[in-house]
Amino acid sequence: MSEHNCGCSKNPYLPEVATVLEVITESPTIKSFRVRFDNEEAWNSFTYQPGQVGQLSVFGVGESTFVINTPPSCKDYIQFSVMRAGEVTSAIHKLQPGDKVGVRAPLGNYFPYEQWKGKNIVFVGGGIGMAPIRTIMLHVMEHAPEYGKLSLLYGARSPEDMAYKADLPGWLESDVLHTTLTIDREAPNWPHRVGMIPNVLKELAPSPDNTIAVLCGPPIMIKFTLAAFRELGFKDENIITTLERRMKCGIGICGRCNLGGKYVCLDGPVFSQAQLNELPPEM
Amino acid sequence: MSSLLFATPKELTGWLAKLASGYRVLAPRQEGPSVVYRPQTAEQLASADIDALLRRATASPKQAMLPQCETLVTFKSVKDAEDPSKLTTTLENPCQAEPTVLFGCRPCDARGFVVLDRPYLEGKFKDPYYGARREATVIVTQACPSAFASCFCNWVGSHPSDKEGSDILFTAVEGGFVLEVVTDKGQALVEGAGFADAADKVADVEAAHAAAAASLAPAPELTHVMEKVASRFTDTEFWEKETVKCLSCGACTYLCPTCQCFTITDEGSQLDGRRLRSWDSCMTPLFTLETSGHNPRPSKADRMRNRVSHKFSFYPERYDGFFSCVGCGRCVVSCPVSLDIRHMVKAAVEGSSLTFDDAAPAESPAVEAVPAPEAPAVAEPAPEAVAEPEQAAAPKAQKPAPKAAPRASSKSKAKKR
Repeated sequence: MSEHNCGCSKNPYLPEVATVLEVITESPTIKSFRVRFDNEEAWNSFTYQPGQVGQLSVFGVGESTFVINTPPSCKDYIQFSVMRAGEVTSAIHKLQPGDKVGVRAPLGNYFPYEQWKGKNIVFVGGGIGMAPIRTIMLHVMEHAPEYGKLSLLYGARSPEDMAYKADLPGWLESDVLHTTLTIDREAPNWPHRVGMIPNVLKELAPSPDNTIAVLCGPPIMIKFTLAAFRELGFKDENIITTLERRMKCGIGICGRCNLGGKYVCLDGPVFSQAQLNELPPEM
Repeated sequence: MSSLLFATPKELTGWLAKLASGYRVLAPRQEGPSVVYRPQTAEQLASADIDALLRRATASPKQAMLPQCETLVTFKSVKDAEDPSKLTTTLENPCQAEPTVLFGCRPCDARGFVVLDRPYLEGKFKDPYYGARREATVIVTQACPSAFASCFCNWVGSHPSDKEGSDILFTAVEGGFVLEVVTDKGQALVEGAGFADAADKVADVEAAHAAAAASLAPAPELTHVMEKVASRFTDTEFWEKETVKCLSCGACTYLCPTCQCFTITDEGSQLDGRRLRSWDSCMTPLFTLETSGHNPRPSKADRMRNRVSHKFSFYPERYDGFFSCVGCGRCVVSCPVSLDIRHMVKAAVEGSSLTFDDAAPAESPAVEAVPAPEAPAVAEPAPEAVAEPEQAAAPKAQKPAPKAAPRASSKSKAKKR
């Protein structure tokens, strides 16, 4: 073997070994994992933007892509919220504090919050789609004076499916955020709204004037919530969402997450509806 | 042409045999019904039949840079003596490349690496495994003596003596081969080889290149192919018709010199395991199947649409109009149900849709598998395959600048020049 100049030190496939610091059970199917790189130097130089994703791996099982849902100001750990669904997510759900994982991050683009200064923002999260909303919303709340009115509409199937229960009281009482929670069907002792997100959104009827809509959730929710925003007069360039695709490399090479000529892992996951209109309809 | 050298067949194999002491020499070899690139020893090369080394391989040589399966990371963990439930995990990166000579590529194959370079090396992230092999590999390409019926490099801005991607291009002439050194890497390889100067053989080389260009069927009018293929995206009926016979076997993607897709999987356990990269195929339904059960490309029509669109629309849109197809025709030759990407592209551009009865049968894979020297193009059933005499008279007009105007390779433009 000869010497070569392959730039191994910047190998994008090589994960950082990280330790699970804390596991939070959010719902029957969702857990949040707070992790920190073992290599102090790598951790201290690690920065990311709200909306960027990471490849979280259990060694011997595999990698999966999740959004980093802490705001970048959090210097003690990064948090991934994982819904148990397949092989890798099931292995992640078995992790305990002290366990080792692999992290490749940050990957992808981020919410264009620099362009939102002085504007009102309506955040809409459905189910696990609240994870990307959490990172950008917390970031914007930290800089609330730079923005207009901030509001959140968060919906889940039932009260127990609602994640981030530890955050909810703070969000409901916040001076800078107007929070509305909703569940799909009536449940005992539920003091908040009942109804599907698009319907509740139409009832709340936020004004489209000088306002950005940020929505994340399952495809069916996105479809109808997008329609609701359009009905309320929001322009497509002011509706921002994040896309999901099966991903492997996370760096725009392995070829599977493309939407037309764009790679969701590299050019996304954050797109405006106006940008999506330009891409082939292959959702 | 710069630096031209002449080698007899014996000198050429002798040179390769000498190179084998310092390089891994990959060259075509007959294995069963297929011709494949394999590392060959000095003894094998010294005694090799030159014709066997000049056969076109059944599969592309992309495995020289991208092995079908390779280890990206190995991991080992040690249990804590105090608390065995705690592990210390260390990772190792086996990224290494051996100095390699890739001998006997065709111009389309060499150009395939130029297509792969863009996503693998020229983006925001660089692939160190591919990069290391690319750096360590010298590509010695054979100018095609004549075209196969499945060849269509002239559709995508190339030609049978295209130098793009090659370090050395050699051309068969009377009594031996003329080697044209294209890059410094190529120059280093012929240093001290003792080949004679071949400046007096320029006319022979040009005649050979012209004859090869003339043996290709003329390319159809492909102006605006990028836009036209893109505009077919929502024409579901078109793609369904084109893929009626498709088995989703993925042979087209595995043999393709430009197909870049792979998957990453883990093997072993956290205590002792590795993360592998393996070729994957966009033609299989699992490729895009999400954990939730949602699949953005559930049907074979969706997948073929993505494959053809990627090569003729998405990739050129991303990379300055350069196609992600080099026209080698392997997907045409080896498709078990005789699907032909040329028919799909042509139909997409011309606005007509073919039923599978219209699609002319491709040549049988056996034609290229028999260990005979390369045969000239067998009769192509499509009428445009008949070489026109004017092409032979003006072969140079068929060589558009590939980067600047890949879409300028149309018949009409070539004739005007």
